[in-house]
Amino acid sequence: MTTVRAAGIVLAKELRLEFRTRELLTATVIFALVVVVLFSFAFDPTAAESRRYGPGLLWIAFLFAGSLMLNPSFAREQNNETLDALRMAPISSFAILLGKILANFIFMSLAELVLVPVFAVLYNLSLAGIVWRLILVLALGTLGLTVTGTVFSAVSAHARMRELLLPLLLLPLLTPLLIAAVESTASLFAEQPALDRTWLAFLAGFDIVFLTATWLLCDHLLEE
Amino acid sequence: MKARSTLTALVALLIFCAGYAALFLAPDEATMHAIQRIFYFHVASWNAMFCAFFVAFYASVAYLVTGKRKWDALGVSGVEVGVICCTIGLITGPLWARPVWGIWWTWDAKLTSTFILWLLFIAYLLLRGLLEDPEKKASLSAIFAIFASLDIPLVYLANRLWRTQHPQPVIAGGQGSGLDPTMSKVLLLCLLAIFCVMILVLVDRYRLELLRNEAAELKFEIESRGPDALGVASEGAATRALQKGGQ
Repeated sequence: MTTVRAAGIVLAKELRLEFRTRELLTATVIFALVVVVLFSFAFDPTAAESRRYGPGLLWIAFLFAGSLMLNPSFAREQNNETLDALRMAPISSFAILLGKILANFIFMSLAELVLVPVFAVLYNLSLAGIVWRLILVLALGTLGLTVTGTVFSAVSAHARMRELLLPLLLLPLLTPLLIAAVESTASLFAEQPALDRTWLAFLAGFDIVFLTATWLLCDHLLEE
Repeated sequence: MKARSTLTALVALLIFCAGYAALFLAPDEATMHAIQRIFYFHVASWNAMFCAFFVAFYASVAYLVTGKRKWDALGVSGVEVGVICCTIGLITGPLWARPVWGIWWTWDAKLTSTFILWLLFIAYLLLRGLLEDPEKKASLSAIFAIFASLDIPLVYLANRLWRTQHPQPVIAGGQGSGLDPTMSKVLLLCLLAIFCVMILVLVDRYRLELLRNEAAELKFEIESRGPDALGVASEGAATRALQKGGQ
């Protein structure tokens, strides 16, 4: 079986599992909303300031929500030791990881799809004319978040206090991604929207580096 | 053991010479005066930190390739020693910056990157503490160390593109740069001295980790033999002790 097909099967399994309950998605969206609302109390979201702080708030909300959402990705395989069953399947460990990364990418994108319009309304930002460029930035940023987050979810699943550990491992590692994502989003929300190509290339580079590292290290990550 | 004591004494002597040279032999800097002398140890601790983290990165890759536990021991030793050097650098930096820049801390590229580096490797140590299975501890923390090491150039690049305020490279940094010849000799001596201290501590920490692994294995072996084996052994010892007492 090819890796792509195997990853597709793992992805289908993850999606089926999630859409039976939709627990994870609901909780993620609500959590990110809470963060965005809390920020509006910490900083006054008037029009001029929200252009400056907006992209930062948005990405911090995504990063926090992601670091919580990604935890169950491997942790819930532990309850019935279903990871052993996955590992016994005649597929490469990269296929398992890739399936999970894609699933998390879809969950996170769905959450963003709900959050970005709400955020634009609450902080009085206009999305007209920048939608596709914004989607590109969001996709690249979310890919970096889900690749590293899924790998660290597999790492922290074996540890004690894993819910607390995952953000500790993940958030410092994501600082370059945060800077690049915030800067490129800010360039879109500016008075004269123009996508900053340097930061976009940086985001793509981040994704490539960590996707390659995941591909190289996946056997060690999932070995028994 | 004897060789080790001799080496320790030599390194102690070297540190003393470096300290003397940095405080008394190096010429006074024109604008910063005495506070500039912290630079000899500040730069030296960064140098030692990079070497220690490089050892940790190399050992982590080597562990995943070979699966030998000694590489894991070297990896954790490298990270611990590196974190210590990083802490020294992070403390000496603000001590210098307060009188010279007028502020303790600034979010410049180098400072921010090392701060993130410090946080990442503290997270590595936390992760090790929270993983129980020794095999998992070794392989997962090696993976984390590799990811963290890959992240460092990216953190630096991102911050560099973003904003920077650090002194432009003084040594080999274009026209008008360069150190006074005595200053560069003292700097070299300090680099060497701190590097030797780092290696000495690293080797000791490595040996300690090997001993710890061995102790854990022995403990596991005793436990896996079950309480009977332990009981027989202690009974035997008790009988021998009685016999001795009887004689």
